[in-house]
Amino acid sequence: MLHFPLWKKTLIWMICLAGLAFAMPNVFYTKVEQHNDALAALEQGEAETPDLVAARDGWPSFLPSDLVNLGLDLRGGAHVLVEVNVADVYLDRLDSMWPAVRDVLREEKDLVGTVRRQDTSEIELRVRIGNAEAMNEAVTAVHALTRPVVSLTGAGARDFEVVADGDEIVVTLSEAEKIATDDRTMQQSLEIVRRRVDEAGTREPTIQRQGADRILIQVPGIGSAEELLALIGRTAKLTFNEVVRQVANPDEAAGLGNVILPSVDEGEGYFVVKRSPVVGGDQLVDAQTDFDQNGNPAVSFRFNPTGARLFGAHTSSNVGQLFAIVLDDEVISAPRIQSAILGGSGIITGRFSIDESTQLAILLRAGALPAEIKVLERRTIGPELGADSIAAGKIAAVVAFAGVLVFMILSYGLFGVFANFALILNIVLLFALLSVIGATLTLPGIAGIVLTLGMAVDANVLIFERIREELRRAKGPARAIEIGYEKATSAIIDANVTTLIAATILFAMGSGPVRGFAVTLGLGIITSVFTAIWVTRLLVVTWLKLRKPKTIEV
Amino acid sequence: MRLKLVPTETKINFFKVTGVTLGLSALVAVLSVVAFFVFGLNYGIDFRGGTVIRTATPAPVEVSVYRDVLSGLELGDFSVTEVVDPGAELTATERNSVMIRIEQQSDDPETQNDLIAEVKSALDSEMEGISYLQTDSVGAKVSGELVQAGVIAVLLAVFAVLFYIWLRFEWQFSMGAVAALVHDVILTIGVFAVIQIEFNLSIIAAILTIVGYSLNDTVVVFDRVRENLRRYKAKPLEEVLNLSINETLARTVMTSITTLLALGALYVLGGDVIRGFTFAMIWGVIVGTYSSIFVASPILLRLGVKRDWDKDNGAAGTQYANIDA
Repeated sequence: MLHFPLWKKTLIWMICLAGLAFAMPNVFYTKVEQHNDALAALEQGEAETPDLVAARDGWPSFLPSDLVNLGLDLRGGAHVLVEVNVADVYLDRLDSMWPAVRDVLREEKDLVGTVRRQDTSEIELRVRIGNAEAMNEAVTAVHALTRPVVSLTGAGARDFEVVADGDEIVVTLSEAEKIATDDRTMQQSLEIVRRRVDEAGTREPTIQRQGADRILIQVPGIGSAEELLALIGRTAKLTFNEVVRQVANPDEAAGLGNVILPSVDEGEGYFVVKRSPVVGGDQLVDAQTDFDQNGNPAVSFRFNPTGARLFGAHTSSNVGQLFAIVLDDEVISAPRIQSAILGGSGIITGRFSIDESTQLAILLRAGALPAEIKVLERRTIGPELGADSIAAGKIAAVVAFAGVLVFMILSYGLFGVFANFALILNIVLLFALLSVIGATLTLPGIAGIVLTLGMAVDANVLIFERIREELRRAKGPARAIEIGYEKATSAIIDANVTTLIAATILFAMGSGPVRGFAVTLGLGIITSVFTAIWVTRLLVVTWLKLRKPKTIEV
Repeated sequence: MRLKLVPTETKINFFKVTGVTLGLSALVAVLSVVAFFVFGLNYGIDFRGGTVIRTATPAPVEVSVYRDVLSGLELGDFSVTEVVDPGAELTATERNSVMIRIEQQSDDPETQNDLIAEVKSALDSEMEGISYLQTDSVGAKVSGELVQAGVIAVLLAVFAVLFYIWLRFEWQFSMGAVAALVHDVILTIGVFAVIQIEFNLSIIAAILTIVGYSLNDTVVVFDRVRENLRRYKAKPLEEVLNLSINETLARTVMTSITTLLALGALYVLGGDVIRGFTFAMIWGVIVGTYSSIFVASPILLRLGVKRDWDKDNGAAGTQYANIDA
């Protein structure tokens, strides 16, 4: 136990030096952060301004520049957990199936008779046919439209299920297709949320999918969760629909294929519009804040060629009619078509403030969310509170550190000094590890570090107490130290593995701040075992070799 | 001269008092369970849903002023408490701060959004220079899941270590360790029920750490028991256990003190956000140290241990080697 081969010694010191190098950037936090930001900006192709260059050169690029990320609770910012209503999309999928079903049944008109879609409140497509005797043929014909779904669970599953119910054919989504649709919806939602947050120009947002249908969004530096929600909470589904008529009573019968939508402008009452839009927001290529003839804020937009053609065709054949601009099932405005609009661009006016029009432009550019989202959890941490937490955490850590250092020297003298050296190194290594893996430091994370401080000395205490015991059994210094290390190792391993198990479970099960705590606690255990078993032993052994003491006092 | 908290060699008979200590532990554990059901825990919004707003004002504002402003709005149940942080002066982070808690009204996100906006605008108009340090709002759906995840995490941790100790020792050891562990967790929950400190997500983290710490302590004692069982084959189990506890007593006390030193600094100076968390940890360390001596070992004693494990693998050579080691 007392002999260290040269390679092992070298390795230990190399690890310690590497730890120092990788932990160092955190001492110059602001400088390194500016350096990293400037570097990223320049790589993005931003022009070299003196400020950027100065920031970049503020930290030599040959040095490590990874930093410990500060969590939201230390930096301030907003945290929002939302749930995507994935079932929203099912109805759209079924709606899009209707034309094909209609066409295939009409081909068999002689056999099945008349074909009519039925209104239903369920998520299904209901079609009544005139001749119920031909039901089997009709179902087979519709079934031929379904496609196989590739999935892990349901081999041979089709995307739609077709069954007969009296004289009606009922088409529903299969479970396999639902799962596949959910997944697509989530991917799209994530992408749209990411685009919207990026458009707003915030730094280092975290946007993650959680579980089957949730998205976690954390944006440091943003003023409040409400601000963030204004950006991501809206579906922003824009459509241009044909107006059938204007009504005052929302409960009036709309007629098949029509819907009644409220107007944003309350004086205008309600509009009955055609359910299927003329053009949708997905045909937009650009949207910008603009002003109308009267100088009021508005949003101008441009269609892609397909959208422009559809819009042109509709406006030229419906001059003098109203058409509705619908955003999230509300009519923003319903202008009269003065003349055919063939250029593929237009302007949305309404009673916007400048902020609202800017936001609407962002939302339209980023695209609509495929489904509605629901907020489950929202948290805002002000920057002052974060700064307070850092300040308090720092002071607490320093006091705890000093206390433990003094206590160790009082208890173990020179050996206490060795243990303290290991303890300092332990913290350095911990910060190095946290920086390299890009971990996020949270307030409970700081608590984890402080706790590690207290517990890190445990391994050394175990060893020193054991050496004391062996010395009492009248063994020579070298022998006592050797046995001390040998005997204490199994206790150290067992004791730390149990704590590590707890930390791992915390990490796996926990969320947010709890996870931060688990990371620092877990890494702290690893570094403390390393420093206790290798570093202090190397120190003690080296000291023993140099001094060759006849007696030692631990 | 060395600081020695524990005399060099101790010969305390810990088992003389086990009747009393085990009885006391059982009593306190039962009381904790009773307290849990009678008083309940003061769940934070993580577990109950609702909204918390933390404000700061340039000059001190009476809590009653806040109450007056807020009772004008239709908020349902709400409470306003002053944030008192004795350490804030030392760390120069003192602010005139209050915490407003509003009960969960509905699961509808729009309502929650409106509610926060309403409270903010009402306070803005009444108090000059008010700022919002923190606003949290958690829906009932998530909070239910968080409770579930927390309970599962604690149970998982208990079973995982139960298994590990069984692997490394004998099953009697793992029963002893887990008894101590459950004791610590119950007592921690009990103290939270009695003094009604807010029980939130970070307390679950604290409990899991207590699980780790309590085991750490127990395992060190057991490791020595295992060693002494091999060394003194003829000694009665009680004496071996007593000897092992005495031998590791210095270490037990040292580690508890250093950990408490660090936690104490965090408790006083670490700010009020994590004070509940540190409190749970301090309590856990004290209870955990106690239980590894007065709960885990007596239970091990009552269960008895298989002494002839060396014969099992028939390694006579190891037996011989163990005499000196």
